[in-house]
Amino acid sequence: MTINNINTIPKKTDFEKIRADFPLLQRDMNGKPIVFLDSGASSQKPQQVIDAMNDYYAHQHANVHRGVYQLSQEATDAFEKGRRIAQQFINAPSEKEVLFVRGTTEGINLVASSYGRKFLKEGDEVLISAMEHHSNIVPWQMACEQAGANLKVIPINDAGELVMEEFDKLLNEKTKIVAVNHVSNALGTINPIEEIIEKAHAIGVPVLVDGAQSIPHMNVDVQALDVDFYTFSGHKVFGPTGIGILYGKEKWLNAMPPYHGGGEMIETVTFEKTTYNELPHKFEAGTPDIAGVVGLGAALEYVQAIGHEAIQLHEHELLEYATQELQQIEGIRIIGTAKNKASVISFLLDGTHPYDVGTILDKLGIAVRTGHHCTQPLMNRFGIPGTVRASLAFYNNTEDIDRLVEGVKRAKRMLL
Amino acid sequence: MSINEIQDEIIEEFDFFDDWMERYEYIIDLGKKLPLIDDSMKTEERLIKGCQSQVWLHAAQEDGKINFTADSDAVITKGIIALLVRVLSGQPAKEIAESELYFIDKIGLKEHLSLTRSNGLVSMVKQMKRYGIALSSQD
Ligand SMILES: Cc1ncc(COP(=O)(O)O)c(C=O)c1O
Repeated sequence: MTINNINTIPKKTDFEKIRADFPLLQRDMNGKPIVFLDSGASSQKPQQVIDAMNDYYAHQHANVHRGVYQLSQEATDAFEKGRRIAQQFINAPSEKEVLFVRGTTEGINLVASSYGRKFLKEGDEVLISAMEHHSNIVPWQMACEQAGANLKVIPINDAGELVMEEFDKLLNEKTKIVAVNHVSNALGTINPIEEIIEKAHAIGVPVLVDGAQSIPHMNVDVQALDVDFYTFSGHKVFGPTGIGILYGKEKWLNAMPPYHGGGEMIETVTFEKTTYNELPHKFEAGTPDIAGVVGLGAALEYVQAIGHEAIQLHEHELLEYATQELQQIEGIRIIGTAKNKASVISFLLDGTHPYDVGTILDKLGIAVRTGHHCTQPLMNRFGIPGTVRASLAFYNNTEDIDRLVEGVKRAKRMLL
Repeated sequence: MSINEIQDEIIEEFDFFDDWMERYEYIIDLGKKLPLIDDSMKTEERLIKGCQSQVWLHAAQEDGKINFTADSDAVITKGIIALLVRVLSGQPAKEIAESELYFIDKIGLKEHLSLTRSNGLVSMVKQMKRYGIALSSQD
């Protein structure tokens, strides 16, 4: 799978074989083989990840960075290997800049809190977008409140794309940080973060990118992007829950105060004064989620082995197919029609409520997400209570889409 | 009829259905049939916000009994509301406060009254009982 000999025509990746790596996809839901279309909320795990974590607990577990004995060294090695894998996965320049956090939410909270305490003053501005997840809104509201700063919002158009002319106007000398998602969880829009970063940097403003929905679907190179902070969740990229990554440029991480206090993050402690450990440990107080890191490492290696190119191609085909098939149903309205989209389809069925559609799909063994997707301001922007959202991963196939389309048709017959 | 007699009646009715499809079609029908609440009653203080769907609940007392009217923006939620109203509305406050709603489970709709669904129904039932408690403790 990994070696592409230039003399042979690259074989089409066998995604059916890949699907078989995911034990959960073999179960039933409500008496029907499950169609899992909620990977945007959390993805399923391949056996390789499950095995790696079991193996760690069965053979390698001890606390890290502490014991002088061999086992503790092995655990530390397994843990730090996970960091190196993550570093390579996003092409971070140094391991010091790759912090383990619980997930995207904690990554953003860390930056909002620590960067906020150091750099946000009264009258300053934080710039986010109208399509942010609550976890990229609320931490900034809290930081702004603390500092007396103001939250500004880049608007979107009806297709669900950022209005970049407005961004240009909103970005100014009062802006202290821009925080946007790479891919919208509710709409699937891929945002032009390259342009955002370039323009922000032109006036010395750092950018945080919420990568929760991009990392599972596309290649991310933090150096090529020149992004200041990039954060994502392990559980959305086929790894375990409770672990995620915050990449941050060393210059910022060094300048920021620690987030949590405790063990691991200190150099010396006296009751009068504590000096802090070096990066990345300065931001990793307490015993970390070692098994989670091992699992995340296995997940990222798994994705890398398939290859981003093959994944993107497969998902793009599925997205096109799903969009086309759903659109054939009369009364379907797709929310989020950006030119640049990742494999998320949010839709409404005229005259029905998302909850009703989701309930009937559930009975048919189809798992979709319904509701506001933790993006209430975005739903308000569209004047809708929520949507039905199908979010795809590389383990989905056209049969899943066919079952979804059939299910929506059935829901329509029952509800209208 | 008492609360439990109505519950048993509903359970018996649902026994006729063969599968989930028929059950849901019936509930959807119930939901569609009646505008349960006057639109002017759909005010903020009568609104119970669920994460998924919303519920409006209005209570009026009459001789120690409570009459409920309610509504929802989702039709399945509304159908279940119709059943809840049928069971509880017009009953003595004390009975409402002490009621145990077993019929939901028995007719296979338990998941709609779980917090994870957060369609507003759990809060609605709580609110109905609160009215019952409030009124029965007055005398
Ligand atoms: C765009 C986006 N940001 C942030 C999050 C929060 O991720 P987590 O709950 O893993 O911290 C999500 C998860 O739904 C998301 O889709």
